[in-house]
Amino acid sequence: MSLFFFGYFAAMIVATSILVVALRNPVYSALSLLVMFFHVAGLFVTLHAEFLAAVQIIVYAGAILVLYLFVVMILNVKQDDRYHSQWRIAGFVCVPLLIETMILLAGGTGARTTGTQTGLAPAAETIAPDNTLAIGQTLFSTYLFPFEVASLVLLVAMIGAIVLAKREIGEQDNPGPLVQTKVAE
Amino acid sequence: MVTEFGLRLAISLTQIGAVMCIVVVTVLILTLAERKVLGWMQDRMGPMEVGPYGILQPFADAIKLFFKEDIVPAGANKLIFTMAPILCLIPTFIGFAVIPWGPNWTFEINGISVKPFVISDINIGILYVLAFASLAAYGIILGGWASNSKYSLLGGLRSAAQVISYELNVGLAIVGVLILSGSLSLVTITDAQAGWIWNWHIFALPAPQIFAFVVYVISVVAETNRVPFDLPEAESELVAGFFTEYSGLRFAFFFLAEYANMVLVSCVASALFLGGWHAPYPGTLMELVGLSSWSWIESTMWFAVKTYSLLFLFFWLRATLPRLRYDQLMRFGWKVMLPIALANIVMTAIAVFISQQIN
Repeated sequence: MSLFFFGYFAAMIVATSILVVALRNPVYSALSLLVMFFHVAGLFVTLHAEFLAAVQIIVYAGAILVLYLFVVMILNVKQDDRYHSQWRIAGFVCVPLLIETMILLAGGTGARTTGTQTGLAPAAETIAPDNTLAIGQTLFSTYLFPFEVASLVLLVAMIGAIVLAKREIGEQDNPGPLVQTKVAE
Repeated sequence: MVTEFGLRLAISLTQIGAVMCIVVVTVLILTLAERKVLGWMQDRMGPMEVGPYGILQPFADAIKLFFKEDIVPAGANKLIFTMAPILCLIPTFIGFAVIPWGPNWTFEINGISVKPFVISDINIGILYVLAFASLAAYGIILGGWASNSKYSLLGGLRSAAQVISYELNVGLAIVGVLILSGSLSLVTITDAQAGWIWNWHIFALPAPQIFAFVVYVISVVAETNRVPFDLPEAESELVAGFFTEYSGLRFAFFFLAEYANMVLVSCVASALFLGGWHAPYPGTLMELVGLSSWSWIESTMWFAVKTYSLLFLFFWLRATLPRLRYDQLMRFGWKVMLPIALANIVMTAIAVFISQQIN
């Protein structure tokens, strides 16, 4: 049963990810990205990481992608062909990656990884009852320093956005709504 | 195995059906109640023609919308134009799955434990509601874009900016309650407020969430695009905003989504801040007179009373306040609501920490 769900989510993620780059209409691309975010959240649910699934939808689907759509609609790009003739570069990057993946899957290392994965799955289920609590405790004990560094980076980004968007004092003290929403992200 | 799965599915589907019926009936009542309440507040009668005292008006409206001509404007993106109202409606209805309507009882049916008053008690309940509430913006923004109309597009864009801004305040206002109750599950949060009225999170020691409640209510009014924050559909500027080009059933879907969303946020507010299905006194009166198996009626009625009072507040605001200007709306959200919500989180955290140290 879980294998079936994993197969469904994985296949949909691959298909919609391809659609994101293959579709010509940017709005359709954004929509397939939305479907993809949902299936990634589904993968998290199959791993008993409900908190991550919810955060995935709230942050990516609920906020970031809406802003993407926002920009796409303001620019009103119907079809932009500039970015659609890059198959050579894409092939140059992707074919070696594909070959590497094939070698890894075919070789002995792949078999060992799957072995450890099945060993890890029950261990993950033992913290399942309240994984929000588990994430919080790990984040604020073991990974406290990386967590603080990450928040500092975000703070710098926020201040940077404010500095970029702020007008000189004396001009109209009234930044546009778009600027303000961007600062929030 | 198969029969157990089938039974579970049947029970869940029954619950989902029941909740959907309750929500749709509530929306029907609301459409009438809004016009009646607005009428009384403006010293007129409201709809009086259909049925005695106008109480059959919602059915007349529904039939009218159902038989209206369905128009797709020239140059519209047909696929997205069709999809948008559904995208708006579905997330709202999905959110009701985690709302506890009544006592936290568990029945055993053939070895399957069933909670009759909540479809699914998941441990991230409130995050689940927030996640799906944030998706309702897609329906609005895509509907506005697909209509191929200036007014619709502007309405959709305004709505996207507004929903994102105020969603943040909703999320932050809730955090205080989460600190007090120590859980994300709406069932657990409601259970933490049992007893007298001062155990409700809005009054609860050590950190009464009254400011959080005010921020929450104002923010959800903005998030549901209601007056005084109804800029996405400001008649005087944008005709009807994002659904200018919609008619018939598709318009009805947007309408239904807006009202269902109001019901959802009111349910969440009563579960988080106002004690959910708990009465303002410990236990229930039904238990006192020895009818404890019927006490669920009293509990669900308390939940309904709280939810309907909040819905009345929506109408009251609509009858009282003029619409904000767009920059006022944004400034209010970011410079007033957000600092209050953040200060509330800090104060709650400090108060809870101190009270834990004392005990």
